[in-house]
Amino acid sequence: MSLTTIFILSILLLGFLIMFQIAKASEYVAILKGEKKSQEQSYRINAFLLILFLVLGLIGVYWCNELLKGKILGDAASDHGEKIDKMMHLTLYITGTVFVMTQVLLFWFAFRYQHSEKRKVYYLPHNNTLELVWTVVPAIFLTVLVGFGLFYWFKITGDAPKDALVVEVTGKQFNWIYRYPGKDKEFGRKYYKNISDKDDNSLGLIWADVPDLNLKADKAAQDDIVTDKLMLVKNKPVKLIIGSRDVIHDVGLPHFRMKMDAVPGTPTTMWFTPLYTTKEMKEKTGNPDFVYEISCDQMCGKGHYSMKGQIEVVTQDEFDLWLLSQKPKYQTAVLDKAKSEKPAADSAKTAAAGTATPVIAMKK
Amino acid sequence: MSNEAILHEADVHTSHSNGHHDEHVHHHKETFLTKYVFSQDHKMIAKQFLITGIIWAFLGGMMSVLFRLQLGYPETTFPWLEDILGHWAKGGKIQPEFYYALVTMHGTVLVFFVLTAGLSGTFANFLIPLQIGARDMASPMLNMLSYWFFWLASIIMLSSLFVQTGPASGGWTSYPPLSALGGASEGSKAGVDLWIISMALFVVSSLLGGLNYISTILNMRTKGMSMTRVPLTIWALFFTAVLGVLSFPVLLSGFILLLFDRHAGTSFYLSDIYLASGEALPNEGGSAILFQHLFWFLGHPEVYIILLPAMGMVSEILSTNSRKPIFGYMAMVGSLFAIAILAFLVWAHHMFVTGLNPFLGSVFVLLTLLIAVPSAIKVFNWLTTLWRGNIRFTPGMMFSIGFVSLFISGGLTGIWLGNSSLDIHLHDTYFVIAHFHIVMGVASFFGMFAGIYHWFPKMYGRYMNNTMAYVHFWITMIGAYLIFWPMHYEGLAGMPRRYLDYSSWESFKQFAELNRFISTVAMIVFAVQLLFVFNFFYSIFKGRKVTSQNPWGSNTLEWTTPIRPGHGNWPGEIPEVHRWAYDYGKDGREFIPQTEPVGANESAH
Ligand code: HEM
Ligand SMILES: [Cu+2]
Ligand SMILES: [Cu+2]
Repeated sequence: MSLTTIFILSILLLGFLIMFQIAKASEYVAILKGEKKSQEQSYRINAFLLILFLVLGLIGVYWCNELLKGKILGDAASDHGEKIDKMMHLTLYITGTVFVMTQVLLFWFAFRYQHSEKRKVYYLPHNNTLELVWTVVPAIFLTVLVGFGLFYWFKITGDAPKDALVVEVTGKQFNWIYRYPGKDKEFGRKYYKNISDKDDNSLGLIWADVPDLNLKADKAAQDDIVTDKLMLVKNKPVKLIIGSRDVIHDVGLPHFRMKMDAVPGTPTTMWFTPLYTTKEMKEKTGNPDFVYEISCDQMCGKGHYSMKGQIEVVTQDEFDLWLLSQKPKYQTAVLDKAKSEKPAADSAKTAAAGTATPVIAMKK
Repeated sequence: MSNEAILHEADVHTSHSNGHHDEHVHHHKETFLTKYVFSQDHKMIAKQFLITGIIWAFLGGMMSVLFRLQLGYPETTFPWLEDILGHWAKGGKIQPEFYYALVTMHGTVLVFFVLTAGLSGTFANFLIPLQIGARDMASPMLNMLSYWFFWLASIIMLSSLFVQTGPASGGWTSYPPLSALGGASEGSKAGVDLWIISMALFVVSSLLGGLNYISTILNMRTKGMSMTRVPLTIWALFFTAVLGVLSFPVLLSGFILLLFDRHAGTSFYLSDIYLASGEALPNEGGSAILFQHLFWFLGHPEVYIILLPAMGMVSEILSTNSRKPIFGYMAMVGSLFAIAILAFLVWAHHMFVTGLNPFLGSVFVLLTLLIAVPSAIKVFNWLTTLWRGNIRFTPGMMFSIGFVSLFISGGLTGIWLGNSSLDIHLHDTYFVIAHFHIVMGVASFFGMFAGIYHWFPKMYGRYMNNTMAYVHFWITMIGAYLIFWPMHYEGLAGMPRRYLDYSSWESFKQFAELNRFISTVAMIVFAVQLLFVFNFFYSIFKGRKVTSQNPWGSNTLEWTTPIRPGHGNWPGEIPEVHRWAYDYGKDGREFIPQTEPVGANESAH
């Protein structure tokens, strides 16, 4: 054990001993002074502390807000995020008012009606009018909140626009895989038992027939693009089709204020429209290192805390250029590799894959 | 026999039986084993629950100190950690597996072992017979078994800390597939099996206890003690027990299916899984979300199982120490009832972003925000109880006032989270951590502390030291807000929970300093809890002796028993009850015990 540890422990111990001595002494003093008198004194002290706590507490709440409000990521970067922020503000005003009101009443009453020999309590077992009021008034405010909340909720969870960019996001321990449908605008079929990390088929796309698994090759899978970065377009709605390869993960997008679980075996979806490019955000936040991050928001194992994804939001032109530069996974994982290894076998394989019956894409 | 006579006899009894108070009612020989270990006296069982709960609270709190150390100082190494923890803290750094094991055990232990068993187990056992006027529980035997099942569960949970692959580490919610697959996490090997076995025994314990509490309250009230006259503690403990009896079995069924998936090759929760080791599992067609439904069908009532006893005790203590009746007794009972019903109808608000059907989600929004109404009623009624009272700030009262403050703070953020569109952003962030720690964790602890300080004289015939109690209160109260209030801001930034290091995250690393601050306060608050523990045990043996039968001037029946009641509680006949428990400050009298008949010209209420 290091010296500092011993030091800290002895200070703690000393603190305890002092505390204990004071506590014992005050008990004896109480007996000398008369129990009642010392009790009344401690009531007075505590009543004062309660009101002090209220005042300092409210100042503290304000101060805490001043200190931290600059750290909560600024304006939302998606249209849905703006709705959520608006809703959040409405909720803040209502609950904030209730918070201040009830806390003030609580501590004020405690202070105001502290023990006194002279005080006569007011025998008030119930009052129907009052009780009705504070049943109905909260109910009204809650109805307003539910109304606005659900209005936005249905907008946010409603169907994505037809022209949305569709990207598939798959979570695995402990990173994210993204898939774009390629030229045919259609996701090819995949099957989890066909996944093979060593053959660079991390999604189990069915590029060729797999007799063992009774799978027929799907041509639509052959032009699918698999990336390790999520490229999105400014002002263009994007719909994510979310899945998982192993345990439950969650696509958390703090800047866009969006979130959706990635559940193995049950695809989920979410859509939104990014409002600022990454470059614009760098300027807006004054942070040259700014990056849209995907945080995994569902406990998924020992690497959960580091399961990060990267999103880059660009303009349509930049996006088109980028997309052109991407090769389909089939190309890089099978064709290119085969070419470099055994050119002859390769052409046979392409032919085989080409003639295989396309199977309807498994999606959504 | 008239009440006066009974009271009188009780007085006589206390004065002459100082020292050997146990043998009065039951004249059987008591050995150390039957009195302290396999006791069937509800008061002793309550103490067993309490002390076991304190031990668990110490362990659970210690775990949080360890992981707060990591969160506050993610870049620092602590060589002494390796000395204590071995490979869990290789090189003086808490390893990720261990961090998650700590978090999981912390949650499980505090939610179930401390705030369920420790809280309900203690106060339901202690207060139900004493406050309704019964000699013991309906079945003292089952009651004893309830403790011993809890003890077994405790031992098994504790032993899971020592298995090679570590204890369960998928969070206290243990969602599959993570918790189902040893290949996905070390903690999901032997750890989860032990966790499930322990939890199953815990469910048995809580069912035995709960059924006992319900039947005792319904059947064993003394003469005159109608249900509308029982103190609010009893109502709260009653609804708590009902919640437990109806929801724990569902949890158990969820666990059994999980066990099948783990060992019997079934696919209730598993589908389409390819493990990082390169293995594709055969399971297809299961639903991982099914477990979450089963879990939260208990999980949400569970939060009220934790909270209601605290609410009940706080109501009682606030009224007693304001020297004024609880305001709106029937509304208080009604809101408890509403909460108990609604508690079963809101579970999916924990699942808004699982891919749940949005329409279904909207129904749960409605029901969830509905539960805020009875909660609001309770708060306003507590406030009105204080209004124009004559308030004595005993330690129990301080913690009760603290409870109300915390319940307001945490309840209001529930309104944020219950609104699904906000929950999209806030789910699984530090906002949720702040919400439930304030409203459930700390608030219920405050209720528990209030109860302990208030009923300690009845439990041990001595007082706890007031100075230590006030220091304990103030540092805990200030500390709780300092720890949890700023966490709301971390959550607003979307900072996820269950991360052990944020330093590589561009979006969250701005909170490094705040995290260090929070960790520091957490350690101070933990140290102060040790002061409480010391005060508790010291006072059992050395505390100031209680000299009057009814030290708080309380109306309820427990204060009509001898100062140190024996097995059977009342030496003579059980007193008869003539009024409700809250006649404080009526007709110019400071208090009128429940045992006093209504006078001829007493004003009605
Ligand atoms: C005004 C009433 C309340 C409302 C509307 C409410 C709403 C919610 C919601 C929607 C969540 C889920 C948040 C999320 O995971 O994204 C939540 C979490 C939680 N609430 Fe509340 N709540 C209320 C009161 C309470 C009370 C009284 C307790 C405890 C006694 C409590 C304990 C919890 C706990 C433990 C969690 C977190 C569970 C977890 O994910 O580990 N809540 N609450
Ligand atoms: Cu994760
Ligand atoms: Cu809930």
